[in-house]
Amino acid sequence: MNAIRLGVGRGWIEIRHTLTYWPDLFQALFFSGISILVLFLMRGHHVPGTSFSLGSLTLPGIIGMNVAVGGITGVTALLAVDREDGTLLRAKATPGGMTAYVLGKITLTSGNALIGVVLTLVLGLIAFPGLAVTATGLLTLIWVVTLGLLATIPLGIALGSTIADPRFLTLIVLPFSALTAISGIFYPITHLPGWLQGIGQLFPMYWLGLGVRAALLPDALKSVEIDGSWRLGYVLLALTGWAAAGLLVAPPILRRMAQRESGSRVAARRERAMLRAT
Amino acid sequence: MSDVAAEVRDLRMRYGAKEVLSGVDFSLRTGEVVAMLGPNGAGKTTTIEILEGFRMRSAGEVTVLGQDPARAGEAWRARIGVVLQSWRDHAKWRVRELLRHLGTYYARYGTPEIARPWDVDELLALVGLTAHANARIGTLSGGQRRRLDVAIGIVGHPELLFLDEPTAGFDPAARREFHELVHRLTDTERATVLLTTHDLAEAEKLADRVIILAGGTIIADGSPDELALRMSGNAEVRWTRDGQRYVHPTDQATKFTRDLFAQFGESVEDLEVRRPGLEDTYMELVREYEQ
Repeated sequence: MNAIRLGVGRGWIEIRHTLTYWPDLFQALFFSGISILVLFLMRGHHVPGTSFSLGSLTLPGIIGMNVAVGGITGVTALLAVDREDGTLLRAKATPGGMTAYVLGKITLTSGNALIGVVLTLVLGLIAFPGLAVTATGLLTLIWVVTLGLLATIPLGIALGSTIADPRFLTLIVLPFSALTAISGIFYPITHLPGWLQGIGQLFPMYWLGLGVRAALLPDALKSVEIDGSWRLGYVLLALTGWAAAGLLVAPPILRRMAQRESGSRVAARRERAMLRAT
Repeated sequence: MSDVAAEVRDLRMRYGAKEVLSGVDFSLRTGEVVAMLGPNGAGKTTTIEILEGFRMRSAGEVTVLGQDPARAGEAWRARIGVVLQSWRDHAKWRVRELLRHLGTYYARYGTPEIARPWDVDELLALVGLTAHANARIGTLSGGQRRRLDVAIGIVGHPELLFLDEPTAGFDPAARREFHELVHRLTDTERATVLLTTHDLAEAEKLADRVIILAGGTIIADGSPDELALRMSGNAEVRWTRDGQRYVHPTDQATKFTRDLFAQFGESVEDLEVRRPGLEDTYMELVREYEQ
């Protein structure tokens, strides 16, 4: 109980920092802002064979993407940076610090994702009247996003614990971008070759996007999806599977990484960083 | 509270084929300030990190506040304070915000004898950061940041505090303030302090006892005075006579001075007897060891 209170308190303080520190705020909103702008510029285009705008079709995918970016690359980056500057070692030096640290990152990431989702949704609803938000749809949105965070944050923690140096973050970001390209967010997955569809469906990004599309798009648009269905049962299954795998794998990886943190390691990393800077 | 804060017996550490610590023995008595000195690579950091519970040892027995740091839990962690050299963490947080937040972790570990955590405003005043309480930590100067690190290290009222080169990069005024802070801590809190430093004047001033580590073993262990006495052979007598300055090294300073007065009487002026300081002792011991 105490750990949860400390961790959520920690996350809340960091959410406040994001909201009051403009470079962070800019970074947090950059992705959503650009996406919405692009979608807005292509509002004249329609989904082939319908009068539905292509922008409205893509917007839910953007929301799903937002959650995945925050959960995977976002958490990976947070962890890598916190290891380099000693925040993690500080947590280790504090009683109950590691648990609170992890809960804090989960709170921060979930909070940021929630802000992103709400903001994108509100702006999207203003820009694209074609979206159909119903009570059932909102309910679907809530469970998909919650499960999406559960499926991605542990992955981010595991990846962030494996990366020894923030410079290697590109090793995560590049494959992540490639997977996004084939995840049906910007381009209907049914238009991709079969083997790419297969790969895309292995990863949580696709299922997050599909779930959010199911929540926000009119029912008729499921015709562009695989099997012509929202396949919500599979969304539930796939995201739960990733969440279970992540929750199983992340704690021991994180623990092993944290166990090895010490003052001399942080100092050595700092020295390397300084050498790079000069 | 036990009389012994930490006990180290035959501590060994090896990385691959390289033995960094080859049988280190020492103990820390409760309330004592101990300075660990030694050339770079002597194993100081490794030793302290093992005591802090941040590093697993290869062999030997280590007891810190009654427990093995390799296995101790969070309640033990709450009784330890750590101040490292290279903190850059929490740059976006504000000074008071972070101290208050980190203090709450210790609240459940308070005892009737030791209230935890330290009151934040009192702590800010103690380390001289009251004026910067609402500053973003990333904007602090090096010395201010260091004082914040000390404040974080003691926010849980530690019974044992580890300080790794606490005044590196301090100007003389900040250094003096820091020394006063450590004295206040040990006088009023009865905390035990283990510090590493390369500043021998600092060790002489702060430490009740000095441990010198070289090549993975302890080559000297005693109060700064005891260590200096070992070298008393090399005292130096200085005086002036008839406007002329004289310097004479001797191993019998008292006898030499007596003879000097017997021979020249009142014409001896500005007499000075210089005993070797910790610095001379340290240099001598390390040189002896290396030969």
